[in-house]
Amino acid sequence: MSALAHAGGGGGHPAATGPDQAKRGSWLPYLLLLPGLLWLAIFFVAPLVQLFTVSLQSKLKGYPGYYYRDLNFRNYWSALTEFAPHFGRSLLFAGLATFFAFCLAYPLAYAMAFKAGKWRGVMMICIIAPFFTSFMLRTIAWRQILADEGAVASTLNFLHVLPGGRITETWMAVVAGLTYNFLPFMVLPIYASLERADPRVIEAGGDLYANGFTTFRTVTLPMSMPGVIAGTLLTFIPAAGDYVNAELLGSDRSTKMVGNVIESQFFKVPGGFPIAAALSFTLMALILAMVFVYIRRFGTEELL
Amino acid sequence: MSGFREAKGDLEIESVTKSFGDFNAVDDLTLVVPRGSFFALLGPSGCGKTTTLRMVAGLEQPTLGRILIGDTDLTGSRPYERPVNTVFQSYALFPHLTVRDNVAFGPKRRGAKNALQLADEALDLVQLPHLASRKPAQLSGGQQQRVAVARALVNRPEVLLLDEPLGALDLKLRRQMQVELKRIQTEVGLTFIHVTHDQEEAMTMADTVAVMNHGRIEQMGPPAAMYDLPVTAFVANFVGQSNLGRGRITDRDGDFLVVDVHGSTVKVPHRRSQVQSGDILFGVRPEKVRIHRDRPTGVGNDMAATVLDVSFTGVATQYLVTVDSGATWSVYEQNLDVEPIDLKPGDRVWMSWDPGHAFGVPAENAEVPEGPVLASEATSSDPSSGPALQDAQ
Repeated sequence: MSALAHAGGGGGHPAATGPDQAKRGSWLPYLLLLPGLLWLAIFFVAPLVQLFTVSLQSKLKGYPGYYYRDLNFRNYWSALTEFAPHFGRSLLFAGLATFFAFCLAYPLAYAMAFKAGKWRGVMMICIIAPFFTSFMLRTIAWRQILADEGAVASTLNFLHVLPGGRITETWMAVVAGLTYNFLPFMVLPIYASLERADPRVIEAGGDLYANGFTTFRTVTLPMSMPGVIAGTLLTFIPAAGDYVNAELLGSDRSTKMVGNVIESQFFKVPGGFPIAAALSFTLMALILAMVFVYIRRFGTEELL
Repeated sequence: MSGFREAKGDLEIESVTKSFGDFNAVDDLTLVVPRGSFFALLGPSGCGKTTTLRMVAGLEQPTLGRILIGDTDLTGSRPYERPVNTVFQSYALFPHLTVRDNVAFGPKRRGAKNALQLADEALDLVQLPHLASRKPAQLSGGQQQRVAVARALVNRPEVLLLDEPLGALDLKLRRQMQVELKRIQTEVGLTFIHVTHDQEEAMTMADTVAVMNHGRIEQMGPPAAMYDLPVTAFVANFVGQSNLGRGRITDRDGDFLVVDVHGSTVKVPHRRSQVQSGDILFGVRPEKVRIHRDRPTGVGNDMAATVLDVSFTGVATQYLVTVDSGATWSVYEQNLDVEPIDLKPGDRVWMSWDPGHAFGVPAENAEVPEGPVLASEATSSDPSSGPALQDAQ
């Protein structure tokens, strides 16, 4: 408590640390936290609790669309068994998108940090500028880009390398959309950690008998790992829960992700509320568990 | 490792020029550093000393000229192909590796089976074996500096480059590390090239000092000889402090040149003067000058002056005086006498010195103008120089 009083009163005049001052100092930090805590309580904790109770509700027999309060854990079981392919697809598509985004983002971030010179600002604007238009619009634009008569699909068809003959309404379109939409979230953290790296440390690799590739593998890449971890999390987590890309670029059958199922259970299927809530919680738990394992494995706190 | 060039012998820099656009950072530099010596490149920031070092390391390539170790031409080879290692100014330790892995990095790249054992031996040499499993961020500046030295030394390079390695340390630690580095150099017997802007550091540590300015070497030699006889006005003021007076050679008297400095006649041994006729900058070191109330007899060289400031430092007293030409000279006098002469600003005094201590440097292109700015300019050009300069402020 005294440490808190100290921290709170630290900004004030050193002479003014009487008992009154110390008392005010002790509750001041909590007062400053209050708006944020209230916000979280009202808009995060309360809906979460509400959603959890919904996920355990049972259908009222004979009254479609009506539920009663219950502890019906079978909702989770049916959510998992019935929609297992969608979970698998979500994780697979998000994983693929994260992988492709990493492959595209790392060279881009590297070029921006070390090679761009005066073009660095322009490149930065090019990466951020798409955010000025709506996420939906940009995704719809991808339908044009990947359309059957579009340049991409016809070129690939001409080369006979496109299985099935089209890109839209396939998993490729969904993964491409996810990769595109979350690319900046991969580029920016990697760029930040590369840009922060002391160029002398990379020179030291060369000075100590490591050639260009070895220096990259043993010095540059490990030094940028905090950015890589942040980037993969920022890409994977929202991509796994995304439904817009699958909705706009995918097909009705083979590319639906969990997000789409949750959306349709909530808004289209009568009586789907408990299942949708159970699906939401299951997805959250799955992602939390994966992130936990990932961070434990590649722990960030040891870096820098 | 493929491409690695074994080379043994003296380091030779042959008429090397490095240009960045129109600017010549290093200008036709030729230099031989004998194998096993401790060599210091001394100069103000921007004089080209770090660029020279980076060219030896291979981190920059010369625009013109060659760099050799022994008979092996290293010009154009990559840093990892050279038997040269660098201790960077910012230490540049690998933040993601432990101290031991940092030190073992070089040996591992060269495929040494006993890399970790070599690393531990190098850590013993810098007296840090107990910190081997820490990360660099957990070390103090002085400890990081030692790790950086160990990481370079463990490779037993033919030439070890030190780029202002003590710049970030506080004064006490810097003194300690100066002694330490000198001990290590003596112990391992490698060629050390130490780049610094601290003239005292260069003089205490190095066998040979080269003073650089504007991409060229102004003077090179053993520290004591260079201090005793600077050959340019720049060196006279960068290495220690000098009282300089613009004058004209009027006559010759045996082994001495007779110089007229604003009406005062002084003498310089002709062997200690870089010019034998015409304009000259006459110089004498502050501690070689004595100060008197009355004109001394039988000394040989003297000049009248007015006291500007007196600062008592304990072992010595520093006087700032204005000579009749208007220039400010400083006199650094040890407090040897039981009753020191009690001088106040405004007193008329006489300065005298042994003419054998005087020197003459060319007056053309002299960078330090004669005038009252002299003492303060010498100080501001080098904030970390010796106590005499710091006292002048």
